[in-house]
Amino acid sequence: MTRAMNVVPPRGGRILLAMLPFVLIAIIYVIGSAERRAANPDDKLLPPISEMAATTKRLAAEPDRRSGEYVLWVDTAASLRRLALGLGIAAAVGLAIGLTIGLLPVAGAGFGTLFAVLSMIPPMAVLPILFIVFGLGELSKVMLIIIGVTPTLIRDLSLEVSAMPREQLIKAQTLGASTWQVAIRVVLPQIMPRLLKCLRLMIGPAFLFLISAEAIASDVGLGYRIFLVRRYLSMDVILPYVVWITLLAFLLDLALVYIGRRAFPWAFVQEPR
Amino acid sequence: MSALSFRNVWVEYGNQVVLERINLEIASGTFLSVVGPSGAGKSTFLRLILGQERPAQGAVLLDGEPFPAEPGPDRGIVFQRYSVFPHLTVLGNVLIGYEFAERKFSARLFGSARREAIEKSRALIDAVGLGPHADKYPSALSGGMQQRLAIAQALAKQPRVLLLDEPFGALDPGTRAQMHALIKPLWRDLKMTIVMVTHDIKEAFGLATRLIALDKTRRDPQAPERYGANITYDLDLTRDSAVPVLGFLRAQVEAQQ
Repeated sequence: MTRAMNVVPPRGGRILLAMLPFVLIAIIYVIGSAERRAANPDDKLLPPISEMAATTKRLAAEPDRRSGEYVLWVDTAASLRRLALGLGIAAAVGLAIGLTIGLLPVAGAGFGTLFAVLSMIPPMAVLPILFIVFGLGELSKVMLIIIGVTPTLIRDLSLEVSAMPREQLIKAQTLGASTWQVAIRVVLPQIMPRLLKCLRLMIGPAFLFLISAEAIASDVGLGYRIFLVRRYLSMDVILPYVVWITLLAFLLDLALVYIGRRAFPWAFVQEPR
Repeated sequence: MSALSFRNVWVEYGNQVVLERINLEIASGTFLSVVGPSGAGKSTFLRLILGQERPAQGAVLLDGEPFPAEPGPDRGIVFQRYSVFPHLTVLGNVLIGYEFAERKFSARLFGSARREAIEKSRALIDAVGLGPHADKYPSALSGGMQQRLAIAQALAKQPRVLLLDEPFGALDPGTRAQMHALIKPLWRDLKMTIVMVTHDIKEAFGLATRLIALDKTRRDPQAPERYGANITYDLDLTRDSAVPVLGFLRAQVEAQQ
């Protein structure tokens, strides 16, 4: 008898198995929705899929009656812009500081503890400060993402740098490299794959901060929209938006994996699957 | 010219004495093997030359001059593992030495300077027998090939002293024999001074022109850390006599006179 841990699904079966839970969830939803509709034709909690499709079509393909904008796309563009700015700046800052702290013992001794403490500040707690200091515009939302994501990146990347084999750093020095040259030619390329992995993990928190900031003060954005229509119990808007946000996050994750494998093939040689 | 001198060198970590009273003159062009039991300070000895370690007393001199207490391009090294950069191809690993030297800020070469450096790198890669693998990443190479690459990388800087820290310890016997056949002619042709730390006595005798053994000569059972290791054997392996000349005996006699 083969042990359960040794049973490997064939290639086609793998895709089928991956689809199965999604199909199950869809079936359960459809049944639940139909039951509630049968009991109460005005039910708003579980709108049928047809109604959600109609709403999505209205939001995505028809201009808004008041503003004349295609709401879904305007919201998506605004949110993705904030997210990209926030994650991009956080990655650059995290990379620079994390590398410095990890490579230079003086910088590590001086700032390591500072960032360990800073990373413990709940970003949502400083959101009011951001609104006060940076106003209610784009800057405060981008800043919230930066403040939420950067400390984690700094800590993880500096640990990654200090975990590099000492032999490599010594070897580089015996090849005549200066500190700067070691940083840009030896350390930086080797922590880039780690940065991408880290960013993948931070997509979730970044969306959390983005949607929170949009919910509290904004006039456009995915988070703004779902919190706006919440007042009218418009589940037919909220549910497609949640699916859309999830899909965006998932695609972002896939894109980061793809970039990592294309740009740093040496880092994925030993990885299974 | 690349003679090494140890002048009454002591190395201590806090209370623990690792090496004591090391007096040694290594002539230019020597292939020196360092053997000894684990914990006898072989790696510390190597780190002294590398500049990673400072003596608590005494001095280590390269051609009669003290050198900065950090690794530098005049002293190359091959470690047992992690000597090559995993993010660069074989060619890139050798090329980077030239790039470090010629471009202080970008550490990258372009155009004709790059072509020239590539030519030099390829010659080195061919010399260690990695010619057909120049575009592979180190993870695609076997252990022996990685060590060949590490040697080619170190040779690019034409170091005055090449340090080998158990370089063939992780290789299978066949590959090890190939590496021995590789290193000996390289040493002869390039006229380097080589210091090799090894656990393999056969290798130590087979390759070197001189062999020293490090061990503790004094022991205090109550405080084992009080005494460090010293040179217990110093054998000249170049003589054709069946019994190697005990160089350290001669030195002791001279010291007593």
